[in-house]
Amino acid sequence: MLSRLVVGLDGGDTGSRAVDFARKLAARMEDCELILVYVIEWSPFSFQTAEENAQRHRRREEEIDAARSRIVTPAVEALQSQGVKVRGLVRHGNVSDALDRIARDEGADLIVVARTSDTGVASRIFGSSTANLVMHATVPVTVVG
Amino acid sequence: MNSILKTIAGSLPVMLATGAARAQATVPSEALSLDERVNSAFAQATGPFVNLIFAPLPGTAFPWIVLWLVVAASIFTVYFGLIQFKGFGHSIALVKGDYSDPDDAGEVSHFQALATALSGTVGLGNIAGVAVAVGIGGPGATFWMILAGLLGMASKFTECTLGVKYRNEYPDGTVSGGPMYYMKKGFAERGLPGGGILAILFCIFTILGSLGGGNMFQANQAHAQIVGITGDYPGWITGIVFAGVVFAVIVGGIKSIAKVTEKVVPFMGILYVGAALIILIVEFDQIGTAFGQIFAGAFTGLGVAGGFVGALIQGFKRAAFSNEAGVGSAAIAHSAVRTKEPVTEGYVSLLEPFIDTVVICTMTALVITISGQLITDPATGRFVLDEAGTAIATIDGASGVALTSAAFATAFWWFPYVLAIAVILFAFSTMISWSYYGLKAWTYMFGEGRKTEITFKVIFCIFIVIGAAASLGPVIDFSDAAIFSMAVVNITALYFLMPIVKRELRSYNARRKSGEIRKFAH
Repeated sequence: MLSRLVVGLDGGDTGSRAVDFARKLAARMEDCELILVYVIEWSPFSFQTAEENAQRHRRREEEIDAARSRIVTPAVEALQSQGVKVRGLVRHGNVSDALDRIARDEGADLIVVARTSDTGVASRIFGSSTANLVMHATVPVTVVG
Repeated sequence: MNSILKTIAGSLPVMLATGAARAQATVPSEALSLDERVNSAFAQATGPFVNLIFAPLPGTAFPWIVLWLVVAASIFTVYFGLIQFKGFGHSIALVKGDYSDPDDAGEVSHFQALATALSGTVGLGNIAGVAVAVGIGGPGATFWMILAGLLGMASKFTECTLGVKYRNEYPDGTVSGGPMYYMKKGFAERGLPGGGILAILFCIFTILGSLGGGNMFQANQAHAQIVGITGDYPGWITGIVFAGVVFAVIVGGIKSIAKVTEKVVPFMGILYVGAALIILIVEFDQIGTAFGQIFAGAFTGLGVAGGFVGALIQGFKRAAFSNEAGVGSAAIAHSAVRTKEPVTEGYVSLLEPFIDTVVICTMTALVITISGQLITDPATGRFVLDEAGTAIATIDGASGVALTSAAFATAFWWFPYVLAIAVILFAFSTMISWSYYGLKAWTYMFGEGRKTEITFKVIFCIFIVIGAAASLGPVIDFSDAAIFSMAVVNITALYFLMPIVKRELRSYNARRKSGEIRKFAH
């Protein structure tokens, strides 16, 4: 039976730790697909100027292209070269909501993320993405230390 | 938007007391004479046009342009079956994102389109305009203002639906929309002649309105506010600073400045409404009395100049000038939204006059009424008129922004300072919004392209300096007239195109009923 793991990328070392862990996990499973996800933080409730709105569609494409070429595709290719079954996704939105939704839509068995090192006032008040994911996810979550 | 500007402008410097008299003498004498010459030449050239737009109906003091806006709003209200009431819940659901496809995340949301359009309309009209309406027409003006705001929701619905339906989407992923596009494409689609001419006319008025009411007037008022705090200094300094900041945002694309205002302006709006709410909660026992005055005054005038007709004119005027329903400016701002259904943005846009006029303007009016700044005769309960007999006497003779400021100051002594900052920021965000409206009209006429865009943006920034430096009565009259000419052209087009909106609405609601269009699980 095919199992799917959703892995959260952040373009840095933290995300790589999650990918490493997911790769090892997948290797132990019979038939496993990794879905690497990079979420571009975005809120539909932010305030923008009229000009920004008019250019938004183009900017969004540019953001997706940049995330693909710089973060997701290199990670996917690295795993593919090791024979891992893997694909990548880029989404806009809130990190924890987006990861959870993708996991549900894809019928994933597990979400793997790394512990974030968010500090500062904002994360004290609103919590880090990882903490939010753990609290609200509808799919099991593994947090890599 | 700003036809009684001179009244407001005259009263503004009084607001923070100190710089009042000196503010009048800002401009050096030789420049003043130049100003005067420019003003009189300009007034002569544009006077007939201004008089035509603001001409009263024969035998009354009622400007026909206000009737034009109110009649149109009433027709749209009936034609779309009270859409502003029946569709209100659906509008809220759309703004909340209940109907937004999660795969469209990262595109312009309904909320963002609404917020952007609101930042162009919420401003001096809500603070100063209402004070003028209540000061001249009495609390009864509030009733007519609310009514005009409620009717105006249907006008916005109509124009913004069309704005999205007929926008241009370019291969590079940018969009351009607004009345000029629906005039041209919509008329062609219906086989009607004249769409192209209407579009050009609309663009000319939009550019003039954008340089005047959306720019020079704002710069002028911002300067008056700053002078009120700091004391007297030449207006061109304010103008250069403002022009520099606006230039950095619209030409330099300095996102950080825009980002700060994006966050600060809604915050100021919330602070303003919050302060009003606190006053109303503390004085909740007087709210009944205030509404009593509003209803009684709406039909009797309670002794204001011109009686209840005076109240009605003031209320309708200020509402129309504040929420710009029917003017067409909002159709430009709303057209960038990501949606497959133009009607959805129509639904969202009808919240705009509601927030602007029914909520914010009413709050201002209630606070002024409750504050006791308007002097009544304790024996008869009727208002006492000032010496000129044209407005209600106020405790320290304040009118316009100064009246609003004094009313809020009865509860919070420090509020005038917050209000001054709010007015400056609102002026800034209105300028940014109108620079975009003007730009879209400009590029419609002269073609899209970096060079043409920069040309307009530079002209826009130069006008900021002129606006802050000079006293511009005739120019402001003219730009006001230009903004309302936009409404003449726009509403004419809306009458011809409203069957298209009706078709869209029917189809959309049928599909909503059948379950083809439904909420997304989030």
